[in-house]
Amino acid sequence: MGYRDELIVDDRQNGIFRVNRTLMTSPDVYELERATLFDHYWLYVGHDSEIPRPGDFVRRGVGGRPLIFLRDSAGTVRMHFNTCTHRGATLCREDSGNTRLFQCFYHAWSFDTAGKLVVTPGADGYSSGFDRGRYNLVAPARMDSYRGLWFVNYDAQAPDLRDYLAGAAEYLDLVLDQAQDGMRIVKGAHLYSVKANWKLMVENSIDGYHAPTVHATYVDFVKDSGGGQRKTALASGSATDLGNGHAVLESPAAWARPIAYWEPFFGEDAREEIEQKLARLIDTHGEERGRRMADTFRNLLIFPNLIINDVAAITVRRIEPTAVDRHSLQAWALAPAEELEGSAALQRRLDSFLTFLGPGGFASPDDVEALESCQQGFAAAREVQWSDISRGMARMPNSQDELQIRTFWRAYGSLMDGAGFPERVAGIESPAAAVPDKTPAEAGVAR
Amino acid sequence: MTTAPAVTDRHVLRLDVEEFLYEEAALLDAWRLDDWLALFTADARYEVPSTDVPGGEPATALMLVSDTRSMIAARVKRLNSRKAHREFPWSRTRRIIGNVRILAQEGDDVEAVANFAVYRSRREVSVYMGQYRYRLVRDGDSFRIRFRRAELDVETLDPHGTLSIIL
Repeated sequence: MGYRDELIVDDRQNGIFRVNRTLMTSPDVYELERATLFDHYWLYVGHDSEIPRPGDFVRRGVGGRPLIFLRDSAGTVRMHFNTCTHRGATLCREDSGNTRLFQCFYHAWSFDTAGKLVVTPGADGYSSGFDRGRYNLVAPARMDSYRGLWFVNYDAQAPDLRDYLAGAAEYLDLVLDQAQDGMRIVKGAHLYSVKANWKLMVENSIDGYHAPTVHATYVDFVKDSGGGQRKTALASGSATDLGNGHAVLESPAAWARPIAYWEPFFGEDAREEIEQKLARLIDTHGEERGRRMADTFRNLLIFPNLIINDVAAITVRRIEPTAVDRHSLQAWALAPAEELEGSAALQRRLDSFLTFLGPGGFASPDDVEALESCQQGFAAAREVQWSDISRGMARMPNSQDELQIRTFWRAYGSLMDGAGFPERVAGIESPAAAVPDKTPAEAGVAR
Repeated sequence: MTTAPAVTDRHVLRLDVEEFLYEEAALLDAWRLDDWLALFTADARYEVPSTDVPGGEPATALMLVSDTRSMIAARVKRLNSRKAHREFPWSRTRRIIGNVRILAQEGDDVEAVANFAVYRSRREVSVYMGQYRYRLVRDGDSFRIRFRRAELDVETLDPHGTLSIIL
């Protein structure tokens, strides 16, 4: 039995793509995912700016493991498994802070920030064969960063992060190059959860098709605040397979962006500053790239579980599966370092972030509701077996289509079958199944 | 002969504030959001800091909610529609308010804090607990709200999923 043969239907001949709903309900599938995906591929941990000074640490659960992500006393970024090498107790029990030493509360074994065991109380009780050097804190097999974004990999044989990112690196650059002095994570995290399989959040985070329905109240809000002047923005744009399961959805900015698309939501007095930001980026990067960076929405998936959505603001969203029907989310606001604390620019960014994004925003709660209602519907998965993800197979996919979601599932199916990443899709997937052009009257009926 | 203990202005003020907070909570529990919105001054703000930075300020930190008066109105409009899917049908809520303390009074302005537990039921029950911070302005024999902030004591919204109601 193979995932691609039996559980994921990718029928290019007829332009049909379907996913079996047991992939969202089976505990066996969930266990295999952990061993197949989360033990072998690069997982986002945190950002440089979260640990700026020597001794700074945050703790984080990544791929099911407890990690300490820190900058050691010498300034080197490190990760340690957050478990004492003596008997296993949780070593670091604060979410963040600054320290010179991690002292275990169980028997007071203590480690320096580089992970070296430096104190074992009652040292004379240990035999001559007891080698302290074997009890240093354990680091994950691999860690690497891309322009301040740090990832972990629990497989020593994994390819380098830069190679793994494939075409996604170009899109990270489009986000990161918006800053003049680098990006930083703003303090304050959105920590919430969804009672649904984690893959539904991957789909939802890069899905344009649901926006007009699920987010009708948000679209109304944008209109009420004088925005949304580009009425066709969300229906144009494109979806792209970036290789290695990564994918992106792009469209012209449909509403206000702090960098750099002014709409009345930001207020008249912000207009000039925002237009200057656009002008600066065009000046630095040229007309095409400058506009692409500043005036475009981007929903980017870094396979398997990192989302960077560069829309009304920039969010970095980490999806952590916690059970077959549940996942936790950690989401942060990424901002240019030059947008200083207390500045109008940062205020605009955070205000814009909160209108749409986050568990208290005007949109994200309705996404959570949608995913939870899907998971409830999957209780009938034996009788109603398939979910459909066929949209846009027979045309060049626009931002209401689903190529980016199929990209995730194709990579998922291939890896779960023990094969490598599939060929990157370029061009129309199912040209033979194209729908003949309709007359305008027919097209109206089809809507 | 016994004398009744003195009821001071401070006690009366606290009783007035308590009564106002109870009435406000009743409006929210009854989903009478338009009436609730009418309690706010034109320059009002409503804030909920992120759970990992309970003291967070909107100028420097990512909040859960940071609403001006017009955003509060937009929030009410959204929740009154049938398309705020997380709250359609509306969840059932019950707010318990206590430990009301007056921190300061200056002219018509009163600064008060209170403990809250907001129970929300929809498929299951979750509890949001924390502390309110209010700046109220005297308005006849009642008050209007100039500033309203709910600081959550929960470490994450993992048990709740989201914050789709008004705290």
